[in-house]
Amino acid sequence: MTQAGLYTLAASALAGIGVYGLIVRRHLLRRILALNLLGNAVFLLLVALARRHPGYVDPVPHAMVLTGIVVAVSATALALVLARRYYAETGLRHLPEDEG
Amino acid sequence: MAAGGALSLPLAFLLPLLTALVVFLLGARRAPWLPGIGALATVAAVADAVRHVAAHGPQAYHLGGWMPPLGVELYADGLAALMLAMTAAVGLAVTAYAGPYLHDGHHHQEAERFWPLWLVQWAALNGTFLAADLFNLYIMLELVTLTAVPLVAITGDRASLGAAMRYLLLALLASLAYLLGVALLYGGTGTLHLRQVGELVGAGGPAAVAAALITAGLLLKGAIFPLHTWLVPAHSNAPAPASAVLSALVVQAGVYLVLRLWLWTFPALLSPAVGWLLGGLGAASVLYGSLQALRQSRLKPVIAYSTVAQLGYPLLLLPLAAVPAAAAQAWQGAAYYIVAHGLAKAGAFLAAGNIRYSLGHDRLAGLRGIAPELSVSVLALGLAFVSLMGLPPTAGFLAKWQLLSGALGGGQWPWAAVIVLGGLLAAGYGLRVLAMALAAAPSDEPVRRPPQRLPRRMVAVPLLLALAVYLLGVSAVPALRLLEQGAPEALG
Repeated sequence: MTQAGLYTLAASALAGIGVYGLIVRRHLLRRILALNLLGNAVFLLLVALARRHPGYVDPVPHAMVLTGIVVAVSATALALVLARRYYAETGLRHLPEDEG
Repeated sequence: MAAGGALSLPLAFLLPLLTALVVFLLGARRAPWLPGIGALATVAAVADAVRHVAAHGPQAYHLGGWMPPLGVELYADGLAALMLAMTAAVGLAVTAYAGPYLHDGHHHQEAERFWPLWLVQWAALNGTFLAADLFNLYIMLELVTLTAVPLVAITGDRASLGAAMRYLLLALLASLAYLLGVALLYGGTGTLHLRQVGELVGAGGPAAVAAALITAGLLLKGAIFPLHTWLVPAHSNAPAPASAVLSALVVQAGVYLVLRLWLWTFPALLSPAVGWLLGGLGAASVLYGSLQALRQSRLKPVIAYSTVAQLGYPLLLLPLAAVPAAAAQAWQGAAYYIVAHGLAKAGAFLAAGNIRYSLGHDRLAGLRGIAPELSVSVLALGLAFVSLMGLPPTAGFLAKWQLLSGALGGGQWPWAAVIVLGGLLAAGYGLRVLAMALAAAPSDEPVRRPPQRLPRRMVAVPLLLALAVYLLGVSAVPALRLLEQGAPEALG
């Protein structure tokens, strides 16, 4: 198997775990982690895409991943702050499922 | 290289961003006049961009002179210019309203947080309308989300923190679905440019999966049924100026992008079945949102559910776009609908904010007898609801009329039925609120807390927004002519 193929498979597995965790887990921290896994799956797929032509590395997906990581870090920071404030205010580690 | 007119495209993005940075560094209390100046400068840049698009056709600007695929292109056609203009109108109104709302002594903390968030959000919204490639769209969408979530949580109470957390988790999932779709498209076509992808993308399996992922992400951000569940708690727990921008602009950007991508990037994939599926989701939003709005006992959830309903209408364009006899009129109707809904919804949420500010609550049952004291706010709310119902002479009427005559002209009666039924249901929930607000105070009522006096600017702004909806209902030609610039050929 080629390196790019291996990366793509790993990305699919990570994405599956991420989506599963986001849907099944209720603990906010686990859900935030699941989102990060899903994000990393997308980044891994992009890195694999950069190698799709033999003997040549496409720089554009790498630039996308770098930018994506910056966005993911900011989003995770916001999610963690929000989860902490929510916990401090309500004492809950998960969202009440009845609302909305 | 860029002509003078195209320079206003980056300015429309940079001016609110710059203002946000300065407001953040100085603190809103030390420079209360600054957001207003930034808003006026942004409006001037947008007006210049719109003038150039109207006069010379679509405008493009390449940042730093770098051409795509390496450089970042900003691109404004008629539809983008119309969205920029609507955002500028709502943005100016919200900025004017938020000044007295936040600086009245009760909202110190909210004021410090609101201005940078809102101004960055304005920049990101303009960037969303101007972005010409899929990855920049991702960045802009994330910026919109990362500013919208703190705006929901700004009051820091239990309900708003929970609503913001749910919104953030779902919006991040949506962004990643979108990004995954973009990655697949890039793998297939080797480009990210909206129109180049459209030319290169085939109708094959990977492209369909990519389009499905991107669309699912955008439908979640646009709160289309059945992905709307996060909207109502988020929008009804935010303070009034935040509710107005979230409902009038943020979710509409999601719906705008669904139209933009299906008409410009994936027209090859827009089969009748796909059109019916997306139109069906829009129709379900219209009916479900309207029925839920009828059942609410508080004013802000009524308006929030009405947002779910109103967001469905523009999607009805997608099944109609494939019918030659219906396409042109439905296109005008759908685009005009986004503008009409944005202005009317901002007016409605700000008027509801006045009622809540004055009474301290927004329970419908407690609205009896408020009309004498809050006459102007109730009038603004009523005028905005009239446009949401689609009665003449409002912009909402005109948009619905174009959609409806497109649907009937193309023999697409199921969509026509949805449009008419949605209008009737909107009349139901609108008149229910107005009947309460205009009823006489019950005589056996215990002594009421005297309503708090409203600053004059907060009274005027919702009324001006509502009147703008009427102005656009009477004079639609400039907006519709602007829309022709760069429209897809099938729709022009």
